[in-house]
Amino acid sequence: MSLAADVRVRRGAVHVELAVDVPAGSVLAVLGPNGAGKSTLLRVLAGLLPPDGGRVEVDGEPWDDVSAGVHLPAHRRRLGMVFQDYLLFPHLTVLDNVAFGLRTRGAGRREARAGAAEWLARVELGDLAARRPGQLSGGQAQRVALARALAGDPALLLLDEPLSALDARTRLTVRAELRRHLGAFGGATVLVTHDPVDAMALADRVLVVEDGRVVQAGPPAEVARRPRTDYVARLVGLALLPGTGEGTSVRLDGGGRVAVAEQAAGPVLVAVRPESVALWPERPAGSPRNTWPVRLTGATPHGATVRCELDGEVPLLADVTAAAFAELGLAPGMQLWATVKASEVTVYAR
Amino acid sequence: MSRAERSVPAPLLIPAVVAVAFLVLPLVGLLVRTPWSGLWPQLTAPGVGEALRLSLVSATLATAVSLVLGVPLAWVLARSRIRGRGLLRALVTVPLVLPPVVGGVALFLVLGRQGIVGRWLDEAFGITIPFTTTAVVIAETFVAMPFLVISVEGALRAADARFEDAAATLGADRWTTFRRVTLPLVAPGIAAGAVLCWARALGEFGATITFAGNFPGTTQTMPLAVYLALQRDPEAAIVLSLVLLAVSLATLLLLRGRWLGRSGAGAVP
Repeated sequence: MSLAADVRVRRGAVHVELAVDVPAGSVLAVLGPNGAGKSTLLRVLAGLLPPDGGRVEVDGEPWDDVSAGVHLPAHRRRLGMVFQDYLLFPHLTVLDNVAFGLRTRGAGRREARAGAAEWLARVELGDLAARRPGQLSGGQAQRVALARALAGDPALLLLDEPLSALDARTRLTVRAELRRHLGAFGGATVLVTHDPVDAMALADRVLVVEDGRVVQAGPPAEVARRPRTDYVARLVGLALLPGTGEGTSVRLDGGGRVAVAEQAAGPVLVAVRPESVALWPERPAGSPRNTWPVRLTGATPHGATVRCELDGEVPLLADVTAAAFAELGLAPGMQLWATVKASEVTVYAR
Repeated sequence: MSRAERSVPAPLLIPAVVAVAFLVLPLVGLLVRTPWSGLWPQLTAPGVGEALRLSLVSATLATAVSLVLGVPLAWVLARSRIRGRGLLRALVTVPLVLPPVVGGVALFLVLGRQGIVGRWLDEAFGITIPFTTTAVVIAETFVAMPFLVISVEGALRAADARFEDAAATLGADRWTTFRRVTLPLVAPGIAAGAVLCWARALGEFGATITFAGNFPGTTQTMPLAVYLALQRDPEAAIVLSLVLLAVSLATLLLLRGRWLGRSGAGAVP
């Protein structure tokens, strides 16, 4: 139950051109900013939006093939979809919501309800079968939506920002559960998200999409360690600087130099983690090799730390503790000095 | 809410009070002039019960026809992507603004014995429509159905169409989706539209008298009876009007949760 798709869609200003390949039993996360074309891709895969070109194939069976004039409508595709806000039918009970897909696919009422009850038990919501969706918490609604999508035994599972509507604490537990259910699912899964943590935690492969194109693809750890674009870097918290390796230093394309611990040559990307950047009000004595004058342009609280955006010859992100932020009297517009140890700079070939 | 926010400026308050008086006083006048002692004999007078029954039956039939034809039409207007939808909507709304008498004349020209469709019906099946109860139902449907179509279309537009996407991903074709998802979701809108349609059909006068005539027992509905009674027995007209007023108020009560309740919702602490 594998998915192979290569589709082109024009939606207003966004021109989406994406190829995805998901083997049976594996999870692909499509990660990207809003408006990147992630949801458009899901709608095409679901059959809700006919593509302008290309094909979608599941298990070798064409679901879409524009050149051959093939378009299987959504209701004839063996798929399950979990929507961002779940879209549980408000007029049906939880049980009948889960039974809905079984009924439309030919099961009798009794049989469909039995199957639905089984799925509800599997997501540990058996005792809520008689409730209406309006009486569920966010986490419960998410589990019902997942049960409803999986009950029809789909070949393809589509998840559209499945955790974004949940608060941080619920998200943690629901994410772990989702991971367990995805592990047990034999078909192909495509997960759309703008949260890198979801992608890292749930996917076997990550596809980073910007402006309708793939900018990076690979296993989650690889993408986190070696982000290819500024967007990916920011997502995982890295400042990403393109440059040219010259021994143990890199000449940056944007001007300036960065000292690195390893030997580097040719076009490279330099990645600096925000927590390895230190800020000083004066130029520090006995300066480390990487010392740059910077201007604080923005500051966002980020848990117990404050993420500072720094502008200058070398644009950087720095994480400082809230206490240090207050002690240094930091305010946007201030001139500061930033230092980074060479050993804390990662460099890899472009 | 503070005091200042609640006070209404005089240039708005005075016209508003006049408007309320203008709308309410005639109804008060009706109640004041009602011969309460002679109410029962008037109500049980021959012809009144007949007219009332005919009105209720024909308005209900017109509403049923409007539901069967109008809900699908509303769906086409709200959901389909057929060409010329804007023109279609304009055509559907014409009876809303058309003087009902003109509607009656138009129906007569089409369905009358010499009409385009009427002649064929007469020749092929021996069916004559004008001046029958069927004509009453047709005239009422013509005038009232647009009310249903417009309110159901509004309900369909307000309903989240993504529920229909969700149903499609669960294997439901469009007909199943309509029956099992769309219809239940817009049921309150359909109910409100049906009540509105029924009330409009019940009060229908112009198209009915033009197309169906004024025959006691077959085509004389309550509004026609009121008009006729006013000319020879004003007291009877008042009583008949009172009955229609009661029916209208009952309709309003049915719709209360939907319209009155909505505007009042913000004031509930």
